[in-house]
Amino acid sequence: MTADAVQQRTDDIVAELSGLEGPLLPILHAVQEAFGYVPQDALPRIAERLNLTRAEVHGVMSFYHDFRTEPAGRHVVKICRAEACQARGADAVVDHAKQLLGVDFHETTPGGGVTLEEVFCLGLCACGPAAMVDGKLVGNLDVARLEKILTEMGA
Amino acid sequence: MKIYVPRDAAAKALGADDVAAAVLTEAKARGIDVTLVRNGSRGMVFLEPLLEVETAEGRKAFGPVTAADVPALFDASFGDHPLAHGLTEDIGWLKSQTRLTFARVGVVDPLSLADYTAHHGLKGLKRALEMAAEDIVAEVTESGLRGRGGAGFPTGIKWKTVQGAKADQKYIVCNADEGDSATFADRMLMEGDPFTLIEGMTIAGIGTGATRGYVYIRSEYPDAIEVMENAIEIARAEGILGQSVLGSGKAFDMWVRVGAGAYVCGEETSLLNSLEGKRGVVRAKPPLPALEGFLGKPTVVNNVISLATVPVIFERGAAFYKDFGLGRSRGTIPLQIAGNVKRGGLFETAFGLSLGEIVDDIGGGTASGRPVKAVQVGGPLGAYFPRALFDTPFGYEEFAGKDGLVGHAGLTVFDDTADMLKMARFAMEFCAIESCGKCTPCRIGAVRGVETVDRIARGDSSAIPILTDLCNTMKLGSLCALGGFTPYPVMSALTHFPDDFRTAQQEAAE
Repeated sequence: MTADAVQQRTDDIVAELSGLEGPLLPILHAVQEAFGYVPQDALPRIAERLNLTRAEVHGVMSFYHDFRTEPAGRHVVKICRAEACQARGADAVVDHAKQLLGVDFHETTPGGGVTLEEVFCLGLCACGPAAMVDGKLVGNLDVARLEKILTEMGA
Repeated sequence: MKIYVPRDAAAKALGADDVAAAVLTEAKARGIDVTLVRNGSRGMVFLEPLLEVETAEGRKAFGPVTAADVPALFDASFGDHPLAHGLTEDIGWLKSQTRLTFARVGVVDPLSLADYTAHHGLKGLKRALEMAAEDIVAEVTESGLRGRGGAGFPTGIKWKTVQGAKADQKYIVCNADEGDSATFADRMLMEGDPFTLIEGMTIAGIGTGATRGYVYIRSEYPDAIEVMENAIEIARAEGILGQSVLGSGKAFDMWVRVGAGAYVCGEETSLLNSLEGKRGVVRAKPPLPALEGFLGKPTVVNNVISLATVPVIFERGAAFYKDFGLGRSRGTIPLQIAGNVKRGGLFETAFGLSLGEIVDDIGGGTASGRPVKAVQVGGPLGAYFPRALFDTPFGYEEFAGKDGLVGHAGLTVFDDTADMLKMARFAMEFCAIESCGKCTPCRIGAVRGVETVDRIARGDSSAIPILTDLCNTMKLGSLCALGGFTPYPVMSALTHFPDDFRTAQQEAAE
C-alpha cells in the first residue's frame, strides 16, 4: 500500500474517532485492524490530528504488546505462558511449537505462514494449556493437538 | 424443546460452538423443534461444554459433551446417558455454593433483558433510584464490600470520596483488565450476565454523581468485549442507560474500551493513563484517582466483580450481604480454581473456607493425580502456599498474615513435578516483561532478579541473600503492586521450598 493510501485511510479513521475521550488507543486499534499492523506512515498523521508529537504517538504504540510494526504471518498462534497453563504442561507445548515452526516468540516462519506469539493469560486457566489460533480459542492443548493445528495451517 | 449450550469462552475453547451446531443439525434432521440458548457458563469448567435441557422437573445437565455425543443424546431423549448428571441444581459442586454475584451466570441468556428482569435484574437499581445519593453510598459502605480486584479497599469509602468531590464531570471506570493467571471471574461475569455489571455501574454513577462510565476490557477477551458492547446497546435502547435512567431524570451512560496487551494496565492509575490514550505507566499517588482520575476528574475505579456485586446488595440489602463472610472479609468471593486441578472452575462462596478445603475437597486435588506441591493464590503476584499452610482461612487479613494475598481470588494448583526455582524465575521474568518502566526497583530489579535466580540455579548459594535483599528493595521501593508484590511468589518459593533452590552439585558436596 502506498504512503498516500495509508495516510488517507488513517485520516478517515482519525476523523471518525478523534471525538472520543482519550481517542489514541481506539485509533491505533482501528489502524491495526485496517492494515494488519500500524504502518510508520500512519504515525505522523495521527500525531498531527491529535495535536501530539510523533514521539508521543510512537511511545504509546510501542508500549503495548498488541500493536505490530510489521504485518503478521497468514496465521497467528498465541500460546499462553502464564502460571496456570504452566501447571498444566504449557512449557512442553511451547517448546514443541518453537521446534516445529523453527521460530521463537514474536517471529514469523520464513514463508510468512505462521507468526508465533506468547500471551499471558486468556482466562482459560482451568482448561489449559490454552492458545488463541487466528482469533479462535483452544483449551486443553497438548503436543498432538498443536501438531494437528499447525499441520492444517500447512506449517 | 429448550437446550442450553454456553457461549462462554472456556466452553467455546473446549468445543461448545461445535456442540451447538451439532444440536441444531441433529434437531433439524429429526424434525424436532429446538430453541437453542447460548448461556454463560455455570462455572464447572471440568464439565464444559455443559449441555442443559429444560424439563418439567428443571434443567438437566450433560457434560463434558462433544459434537460427536450429540446424536446419542437425542437417541436417549436426553434421559439415561453416561454423560448425564441429573438436575443441574442438584450437582454437588453447584449446590454447595452461595451464588450472589454469579446468581444469574449460566442460568440466563446473557443478552435477554427479559430473562434478566425475570431473575431479579434491575430491582437493585430501582431501589437505588428511590434513595438519596448519600444513602446509596452508605448502603455500599454498610455492606462491607471491598475491592475484589485484589487491593481489598472498602468500596463505599472510595465512592464517598468521589461523591464529595466537586467537579463538572465525574466518571465510573470499571477495571476489566483481568490479567492475573488463574482468574477468569470478570470474563465469566461479562460473558454470562453483562446487565449486572451495567446495573452496578449505573448505581455507582447515580450514587456518586458520575454520568459517564467506561469498561476497560483487555484485548485477550474478545468474547467479553462483544457481549458487553451488545448489552450496552440493548440497555441504551431500553432506557436503562442514557439521559434519564429508567425515567428517573438522572443521567448515566457507558462505553467499552479495549486494552492492548499490557498487564500493568490492571493497576488503576496505569489503566487511567491507558484510557486517556497514553503509555500505561503508573501514576504516583496522591492525588487519588477518586479526586483526580480520568482526564483529571474525580473517578471511581472498581473491579468488575465489585461493581457486579452492587446490584444484589441493593436488591437484598446491605445487612443480608454483610451477614456472609469472616472477620473483615464480608460477603462472598468467586474463587477461581485453576491449574493442575481435577475439578477446576468458578466457585462462589462466603469468605472463610480453608485453603485445604478449597483445593482438596472442592478442587478434588490435582488433575494429574500426583500430590499437590504448591498453590499460588492471587495471581502472578501472589504467594506460593505449601500444604503446611492449607489451614489458612480464605480472607484478606488471614492471607496477609501468612505473607500472601487473596488478590482477585484465583488459585493455581501445582503437583509435585513443579520446580519452584523455575517458578520464582518466571515471576521475575514476567515482571521484567510487563514492567511499565516508571520506577527503578521494578524496571531494573526484575531483570537483576532473573539473573540472580539463574546464579542460584548454577549452584551459587551466595546469591540467595542477594535475592532476598533485592526482593526487599522491590517490595518497599516500587510504585505499584507489580514491582511491589513480585517478591511474594519469589520469597514464598524460597521460604517454603528451599530444597528446590539447592542444586544437585550442592547436595553432592555436602
